[in-house]
Amino acid sequence: MSDRRVSVRKTYKLFIGGAFPRSESGRSYPVTRTEHAARASRKDARDAVVAARKAFPGWSGATAYNRGQILYRVAEMLEGRRAQFADELGGPRKQALEQVDAAVDRLVWYAGWSDKIAAVRGTANPVASPYLNLSSPEPVGVVAVVAPADPLLGLVSAVAPVIVTGNTCVVVAAERAPLPAITFAEVLATSDLPGGVVNILTGHQAELAPWLAAHMDVNGLDLTGVTTPEQALACERAATENFKRVLTAAEDRGTRRMTAFMETKTVWHPAGI
Amino acid sequence: MFEYAPAPESREIVDLRPSYGLFIDGEFTEGSGPAFKTVNPATEETLAEVACASADDVDRAVRAARKAFGGWSGLPGSERAKYLFRIARIIQERARELAVLESLDNGKPIRESRDVDLPLVAAHFFYYAGWADKLQYAGFGTKPLGVAGQVIPWNFPLLMLAWKVAPALACGNTVVLKPAETTPLTALLFADICRQAELPPGVVNIVTGAGETGAAVVAHPEVDKVAFTGSTEVGRLIARTVAGTGKKVTLELGGKAANIVFDDAPIDQAVEGIVNGIFFNQGHVCCAGSRLLVQESVQEELLAALKRRLGTLRLGDPLDKNTDIGAINSAEQLARIRSLSETGESEGAERWSPACELPERGFWFPPTLFTGVAQSHTIAREEIFGPVLSVLTFRTPAEAVEKANNTPYGLSAGVWTEKGSRILWMAERLRAGVVWANTFNKFDPASPFGGYKESGYGREGGLHGLEAYLDV
Amino acid sequence: MSVATTPLADVASSEAALRAFLHGLPGVDRVGADQRAAMLGTRSIKTTAKARAIDLAISMVDLTTLEGADTRGKVRAMCAKALRPGGDASRVAAVCVYPDLVAVAAEALRGSGVKVASVATAFPSGRSSLDVKVADTAFAVAAGADEIDMVIDRGAFLSGDYLKVYEEIVAVKAACGEAHLKVILETGELVTYDNVRRASWLAMLAGADFIKTSTGKVSPAATLPVTLIMLEAVRDFRDRTGRQVGVKPAGGIRTTKDAIKNLVLVQETAGADWLTPDWFRLGASSLLNDLLMQREKLATGRYAGPDYFTLD
Repeated sequence: MSDRRVSVRKTYKLFIGGAFPRSESGRSYPVTRTEHAARASRKDARDAVVAARKAFPGWSGATAYNRGQILYRVAEMLEGRRAQFADELGGPRKQALEQVDAAVDRLVWYAGWSDKIAAVRGTANPVASPYLNLSSPEPVGVVAVVAPADPLLGLVSAVAPVIVTGNTCVVVAAERAPLPAITFAEVLATSDLPGGVVNILTGHQAELAPWLAAHMDVNGLDLTGVTTPEQALACERAATENFKRVLTAAEDRGTRRMTAFMETKTVWHPAGI
Repeated sequence: MFEYAPAPESREIVDLRPSYGLFIDGEFTEGSGPAFKTVNPATEETLAEVACASADDVDRAVRAARKAFGGWSGLPGSERAKYLFRIARIIQERARELAVLESLDNGKPIRESRDVDLPLVAAHFFYYAGWADKLQYAGFGTKPLGVAGQVIPWNFPLLMLAWKVAPALACGNTVVLKPAETTPLTALLFADICRQAELPPGVVNIVTGAGETGAAVVAHPEVDKVAFTGSTEVGRLIARTVAGTGKKVTLELGGKAANIVFDDAPIDQAVEGIVNGIFFNQGHVCCAGSRLLVQESVQEELLAALKRRLGTLRLGDPLDKNTDIGAINSAEQLARIRSLSETGESEGAERWSPACELPERGFWFPPTLFTGVAQSHTIAREEIFGPVLSVLTFRTPAEAVEKANNTPYGLSAGVWTEKGSRILWMAERLRAGVVWANTFNKFDPASPFGGYKESGYGREGGLHGLEAYLDV
Repeated sequence: MSVATTPLADVASSEAALRAFLHGLPGVDRVGADQRAAMLGTRSIKTTAKARAIDLAISMVDLTTLEGADTRGKVRAMCAKALRPGGDASRVAAVCVYPDLVAVAAEALRGSGVKVASVATAFPSGRSSLDVKVADTAFAVAAGADEIDMVIDRGAFLSGDYLKVYEEIVAVKAACGEAHLKVILETGELVTYDNVRRASWLAMLAGADFIKTSTGKVSPAATLPVTLIMLEAVRDFRDRTGRQVGVKPAGGIRTTKDAIKNLVLVQETAGADWLTPDWFRLGASSLLNDLLMQREKLATGRYAGPDYFTLD
């Protein structure tokens, strides 16, 4: 008996403002036979939005190069925990590893977009009057993301395009498999990503998504992970109250996931002596 | 001193018919709703009776558009382009007729309909005509959406039509457009221009009517794309109606723009920019600079100059070529402007207007400014959509940004300073779709326009304007 | 621009003070100024307003000849035209000639109320010594000039030597005695509107009774936006000091339409106080006959022909 060491288990908590708090509600829910996840409440969602808003000026104001490097750093940290994530994802080892590798590669792909999307989406507009007129894309603000069921690759594919352009976000992790999301939060927390840029809630989608969809300080809503059509419709309707930019479906490749949460700002200035 | 004698533009060029029908499938037809009158807001004279489209009429129009879609979207882009170029040229050719009709129906000064609206309308068609055979270079694919249902406001009736119709057609969509109830006439003349251009029947359909007609257009299941310009309130209803249907939506809604003047501004041009910002088109402009944020250190000097300038504004007959301020578009809008102005006074802001005689008949409101306004006043938060300016002060650039952004809207903003680096610093931080630096209320078909936050989704104009009409 | 009037006595006490003042004036955004002038240019002045504007414009003309080929005969003929432009039109405001022909003009116009203006100060370039400029001025005044149109030293202005420009104007003003001083900025050489604004203030601070756009020898001469900037300057100067200064666009104003656009600019910028020949002049030569032809058209309803108007 005594030769068998008792392992030290991890308590899976939320990730808000760069910290790992328990749910303010004190609740958790079982995920596996031995593991629980925190069951976030609407107040946790509210706190997460506050943290995301607070982080927005700094993150959107950082240079694109800086944001790209930080996303790349996230990829590095994830690569370093390849085996851990494969364990957590479970299933056949080879497939689990492929999933982690794909997530790493996706992060690297998006990291490179940080200082290119403006060149692709921006325009110099030749107006018929003596003005310099330029349009450039900007992040929309705070985006609520209902992450797809795919616990790691789905999460990374939703979060990376949102934050690479300068948005901050509140993520509702996949309800059935939330644990990799919290472990991914540990990756984020060690990647020089400023606290509050990504906030991750675990819990019941039906309990959290409507509050985020209706929140008047949330500017964008990614509903690709919503599991029922009724929930999606209710969220989409609620989002109209403050005209959130809503993404209901998108390819994992292409620029759509980035541009869905970008505004275009056009600046005019006279040219004269 | 010399008084300017009346210099009225002749209305003879406009051949007004006593009544107008709907334009469906290339023909003018009766409407089954109760016909309504459109009046000249400057005189309250009835200009014409206009058919009202019922839900059935809207259905007919949508089916005509659906039927025309295959042929229109199947045309080579270069051929679609030629129709749009034709339309642009006809608009240029008939510009005076359209300008006079616009001023009659809307109440805006002929100087503006002649020198701003009409040139921009023609330019918009000309601009998007050129895109029709170049869509593959824009980065949004080349697949049109189908039938576009478009609902437009009364402040720039023909220009808003152009902003909606030109890109929709260039991308291969067909349209059902509903002009505003109080300003349907130029859209109906545009229908005539479509016939003159021999545009295939059903590509453009125009259904006149009020809110119910618009709601029927938006809700029609065969409409693939909804485009609306108007109030945030109606925009929200539309967004809710369309939510979950998969229809693509663009909304261009309200605003409460800050026009920010620093102590080193080119002051005479800033005064012109403030005037143009809020009194252009009687302030019936969603991107109007309705909140003047002036640096406290130059407030007195700027206000003195502004008040002097307001004293030279000429209010009166919209068809007089020297009129600067025309009529308020409707009795309803006039009531709203009056009511909000009264709220401004009752909440303690100081109201001022230049000596200004208002005509006896028609809907009129004098250029008005409120001083001593704080962000907490109703008139600093709600869109008045009239010739009413709220003056607020700030001390530092950061405070100016904070106040400018402290609104649910985000359509436009203005910055006046001779310091280039400050302009760029401000432009980065202002949460608005259009930032005019050392200018205001400038528009161009090549320049994307549209808002952040509650000012709507999507952009109109420029390359970005194509995205709204393609299946991205 | 502040409402209270404050004297500006110390502004020219040193080069540094003068520079600080002039560079502290608000900037002018060229595009905005051009647009404002163009918009005012769209004012439609018809019927009774046009008749009034034409008569006003005739009364404001400084009928000008500034050619190397000018002779006594040419000047006498121009003076006759100044007194009797044609039909029942009133006399013009002044004639404007070179200093050596002032005496001829003074003789021809004696007692008529038409003023004699003379360019001076090594017109048009101004490239001579201050002594020469002062002597040139004194000579014209002695010959009977009521008004002196001096040129500023644009070289000094453009090299930032504002005090030199200022002191020259002060000296010429002293040499003018009772004669009114118009200061020509030659805006076509100053190029930027910021310079036009600064030069306007500099001239007014130094004692100019009028500020004038151009010599007529440099293109562009009196453009609408430049006149607009100068009208803003005299308006603001009066607000600040209580002293009114006149404005004279000169060069390039050839048609009735041009003249009327200028009057609209005056009315809607400086205000009606400036709409008299005492405070606004139009430096021109061929303009007068166009005004007369348009006047005739209004009176008769027929378009006029040039053979019916005298060429002097």
